[in-house]
Amino acid sequence: MRAEGPAGAVGGSEAATAPPGATAAATFPSTLRRVRDGARFCGLFALVRPAGGAQLLSVVSADGTLVVEEVPVAAGERRYSSLAHEIPASGWYERRIRDLFGLEPVGHPRPDPLVFPVRPGAHAPLGPGGEPEAAMSPDLTPLAPHVHGEGVFAIPYGPVRSGVFEAVEYLVETSGEDIPHLRTRIFYKHRGVESRFAGMSADDGVLLAERVEGVASVAHALAFSTAVERLGEVAVPLQAELVRVVHAELERVANHLDTMVRHTEAAGQAVAYAVISHHKERVQRLRARLCGSRFGRGVVVPGGIGQPLRLRPAEVLAAIAPLQRRVDEDVRRLMGTPSFVDRLRGTGVLSRDDAHRFAVVGPVGRASGEAEDVRTSRPYGGYARLGHRVVEHRTGGDALARQLVRIEEIAGAFHLVRQAADMLDELGEPASWRATVPPVSGRAIGWAEAPQGEVLSVVEADGGRLAHVTQRSASFHNLAAYPAAFPKDIFTDVAFIEASFGLSIAGAAC
Amino acid sequence: MPWIPRGVRDGIVTSRYPRRPDGFGPFFFGHVHVAPVPGDGPEALADAVRACPTGAITFDGDAVRLDRGRCVLCGRCVVLAPGTLRADPGFETAAFGRRALVVPPGEGDDAEVAEARARLARRVRGLRRSVHVRHVDAGSDGSEEWEVAALTNPVYDVQRLGVFFTASPKHADVLLVTGAGSAGMARPLRETYDVMPEPKVVVAVGVDAASGGMVGERYAARGGLAQLVPVDVFVPGSPPSPFGILHGILAAVGILGSRPHDGAEDRAGRSRT
Repeated sequence: MRAEGPAGAVGGSEAATAPPGATAAATFPSTLRRVRDGARFCGLFALVRPAGGAQLLSVVSADGTLVVEEVPVAAGERRYSSLAHEIPASGWYERRIRDLFGLEPVGHPRPDPLVFPVRPGAHAPLGPGGEPEAAMSPDLTPLAPHVHGEGVFAIPYGPVRSGVFEAVEYLVETSGEDIPHLRTRIFYKHRGVESRFAGMSADDGVLLAERVEGVASVAHALAFSTAVERLGEVAVPLQAELVRVVHAELERVANHLDTMVRHTEAAGQAVAYAVISHHKERVQRLRARLCGSRFGRGVVVPGGIGQPLRLRPAEVLAAIAPLQRRVDEDVRRLMGTPSFVDRLRGTGVLSRDDAHRFAVVGPVGRASGEAEDVRTSRPYGGYARLGHRVVEHRTGGDALARQLVRIEEIAGAFHLVRQAADMLDELGEPASWRATVPPVSGRAIGWAEAPQGEVLSVVEADGGRLAHVTQRSASFHNLAAYPAAFPKDIFTDVAFIEASFGLSIAGAAC
Repeated sequence: MPWIPRGVRDGIVTSRYPRRPDGFGPFFFGHVHVAPVPGDGPEALADAVRACPTGAITFDGDAVRLDRGRCVLCGRCVVLAPGTLRADPGFETAAFGRRALVVPPGEGDDAEVAEARARLARRVRGLRRSVHVRHVDAGSDGSEEWEVAALTNPVYDVQRLGVFFTASPKHADVLLVTGAGSAGMARPLRETYDVMPEPKVVVAVGVDAASGGMVGERYAARGGLAQLVPVDVFVPGSPPSPFGILHGILAAVGILGSRPHDGAEDRAGRSRT
């Protein structure tokens, strides 16, 4: 076992070895025990060992730390026992590992291809014999239907959809208007980002991490940089940590407003659409005034920040106050519009049980009773110094509950920006905005609370070069629970459910 | 206050671009300007070349050239070679063809670009009053979609310029494509392009669409769109701003001229210092 706490504390290490054909309980004993005891499953990752074989890392969050269980897979062995029966949240990770590394999860209830359907006979791109730089074409064979019965048919919707959307295909199996089953096919957007990190410097790696999920660039850069800083035992200047908080929280405000823009668009509320999308534009412009980029790119770098805020703390405060006032006022008006609220109420209910089974993160989780917010449960960087209260989780689990959680989080984000700006004002300029990062080796996990939820960055480095990096977005983790929100709804609700999940397909498929 | 009075309370928030400069222009990093004559020593220039994460800068001992189709605007080079490379706000950087993204132009490039532009202008002669745009995502990081969608917010309000987003490719004049050219989108993108009526124009949005950007060429990314569809106009940037995308669309259909090589003097930005 290996535990990685907020301070980078590393516990003892213990690796289970399981013979092929063993049960999940024998393969992942610690993961199963901890999840039974209330730990949250965070992900399953694969690493290829240079000497042959692979290693699986199962990560759970418990008591303010991440606990990693390492399971070696011997060279030549292509199978391991699936966790998906006991921990449904691991199902999508196993399908991803199967596509990319060619490792079969034995006992997986439905091991369909997910991020990249490899053609029969071809090597998995990151597994033995795979060539990550040689062009491959995905296998486009349609999936077998889930639902059988008289009059049931499947409607493929996407990947080219009406409107400006990311490419994704929804396969709706229906007998009319209801949606007994929906499948999401995300491989259209798979780019092979994970294979690109190897050999990069940490400084280049952070630029790539920003582009895993472009709308959450700051959070991905933060998770990645934290992992590198943990490996190098680097102390980031406090002022730099506070500047990171300012950018990360404005990113949250922009994303939460974006989900609202999509809701108003789906509801046909033309004036509300114009007003809220104007607010989002104001936030994007404020972000550009702070750093030159509307997405906060180039700010978070390993060791600190690439550039200080271009406005003085007092100017940041002066810009935030009217912005928040106007957002508040219009959001109140929107939530007092019955024809809007009625579209959200009771729509896309994600039950508490399903949220728990899929260990859902972020605002979607908090609207269904899963409350972990890593800004408080495993505080990192500037958050350890600032007051922040997790938004009270709600249990409605519908699109309205998700919207209400986001509204509260917008207020919380502005509050954090104000605190960070005040503290920056008091502290004055640091001697340096960036600590030197020595050439790093080893493995570490970094995290950050993106607007969509927890982002994890699993970084393995050797002599200052990255050996393997997985950026696990909250979008990937939550998309597994997405179909669970559909069965009680009809076609016209799809746009609202999609908007209320607020997921980025780029981040899920990367 | 009900919605309709609320809608008029702020007055007109819409930009006057492209007729008048937009006040926001100076605030963001639009492109890297390259001085025609290097103002730094060869060592500083070699450092800048080495520091570039995508190999966008070349220095042949004489002149420095920058491929905006690779530049992700990380800003490292402008710190290392400030006498030659400068971060500028201008966003009118759309280019007619992949070669036109390389600045300053090499010998013969200008003539080639002028010809490509004239060919396109002949093709789109009938489109100028109203243009219908179909967007397709071919493996973007998601940020480009935000910037394309922003064009319909009241600040950019592209309908005022006769630009409309359409659901059906069969009604589209312009195919606006984002992304590094993911393998999974190769077929859907091609099918979308094929059903569009003539004349059709393809605008590639973002550095990923030009070269793959930081992702480059992988098993599942084709290093840009060039292998998938014939691209007429490239809009560099990582991601480009809504103004940059708007400029690309308007330039492509001949509503607006484009400076093929350097958008430094910028109607929408500040005037150059």
